[in-house]
Amino acid sequence: MIRTKDIFKSFGENEVLKGITTEFYKGKTNLIIGRSGAGKTVLLKLLVGLLNPTSGEVWYDDTKFFSLNKKEVRAIRMQVGMLFQASALFDSMTVEENIRFPLDMFTNMTYKEKRKQVDICLERVSLPEVNDSFPSEISGGMQKRVGIARAIVLNPRYLFCDEPNSGLDPKTSIVIDELILDITKEKNITTVINTHDMNSVMEVGENIILLHNGEIAWRGHRGEVLESDNEILQDFIFASPFLQRLRTSALGK
Amino acid sequence: MFFKNILYHFGRYVMMLGTAIARPEKVSMYYKETMRQMNDIGIGSLFIVCLIAIFIGAVTAVQFSYQLDGTLVPVYYIGYVVRDMTIIELAPTFTCLVLAGKVGSNIASEIGGMRQKEHIDAMEIMGVNTAAYLILPKVIAALVVIPMLVAVGAFISIIGGYLASVPTGVMADADYIKGLRSFFDPFNVTMMFIKAVVFAFILTTVSCYQGYHVRGGSIELGQASTNAVVFSDILILVADYLLAVILTS
Repeated sequence: MIRTKDIFKSFGENEVLKGITTEFYKGKTNLIIGRSGAGKTVLLKLLVGLLNPTSGEVWYDDTKFFSLNKKEVRAIRMQVGMLFQASALFDSMTVEENIRFPLDMFTNMTYKEKRKQVDICLERVSLPEVNDSFPSEISGGMQKRVGIARAIVLNPRYLFCDEPNSGLDPKTSIVIDELILDITKEKNITTVINTHDMNSVMEVGENIILLHNGEIAWRGHRGEVLESDNEILQDFIFASPFLQRLRTSALGK
Repeated sequence: MFFKNILYHFGRYVMMLGTAIARPEKVSMYYKETMRQMNDIGIGSLFIVCLIAIFIGAVTAVQFSYQLDGTLVPVYYIGYVVRDMTIIELAPTFTCLVLAGKVGSNIASEIGGMRQKEHIDAMEIMGVNTAAYLILPKVIAALVVIPMLVAVGAFISIIGGYLASVPTGVMADADYIKGLRSFFDPFNVTMMFIKAVVFAFILTTVSCYQGYHVRGGSIELGQASTNAVVFSDILILVADYLLAVILTS
């Protein structure tokens, strides 16, 4: 589990996060949702330690993250996997080399063992036989899946996904969402997903926080989204008249 | 404001180097990367270094023979001057100024591109000490390979001087050889290597700094690449003067 306590973050005069206190549960897909500029990416970067908070605490289970020394931070990070918005695959390496990179860097496995582990991960994300392709030679959806394979290759306890569906068609988005959900259940890990994709909210939103102007405007799960009266949530999820009509008919009003 | 800015960048530069000098997570990965960099910097720059060196030697010989014209200075001095000029000054300084342009801009673009495409963030999250992994192999490779390139450059320059003066009839083969063997001070070679090592350190670390801290988009990446060359060149020239004062006093 990951907890945040009273997180504030400012960039100069601009206060982006204003006292975020929340919990991200183990074995669940935890979603951070909100409009562009709401502070989602800043919160995610704070959670993984790419940014330091102005004040507040982040806890990985019983470990207070920002009081750790560099060595301890690296030890925590070896238990973290992250899928980036643009995949962040090393473009001069093949798919296999990308996934093997953490194994090369942190394990003493033989080449054969590493190769086997890479194959298992690629199989898990349903991408066999792309080992020798370069990231530029595969589609955006495939790149995301390679990103997931790289993120899980060291069997992390925490998985972070920054806009996993951005730039993908709805069908591929669902495949990626389901993959993340399955991996979360299978490995019983804490998954935090930063998204503004409505499908993701309804498909995999087991624990959702809605950020609005740097504050938590709503929290709940996908089953509560339809019936919630929270105006900010409804305004965000059912943004178009079409979706509003859909909601009205779903509620039978 | 100007001095505050300089202090800010100097502080960040020192901190980056402090983080870069760390125990590698996996020695074999650093070794592999160092070898790759040695190949890129060394073999990749050999042609341009040789090309420039041959002309430096040739031009030095031609210019000096022009200055000697009508004087009582013996003609074999051309060989002596070409040798010492290239060893003491032209080979290390010219080579490193050229390498600042070729290698420095390449390093800044490579690291800056990785920063912008979130590759550095991805490595950080994996637990990699990115300052060490991205910078240390480049610095070690440069410190090993650039002095070798400078030595090759000096040798080729001397050949350039020979080609410009002997086949063209400016002087006899024996005179040029005599000049090369006259008044030789081995310390000059030491001085050349000291300069090469210092310049190599400057050009790689300054370029790594520019790339590692790049922000924004492609315009900023271009600026970082330009800054890497400009600041490396300025610092190499300043260091050249200081080393000249220190090593010859």
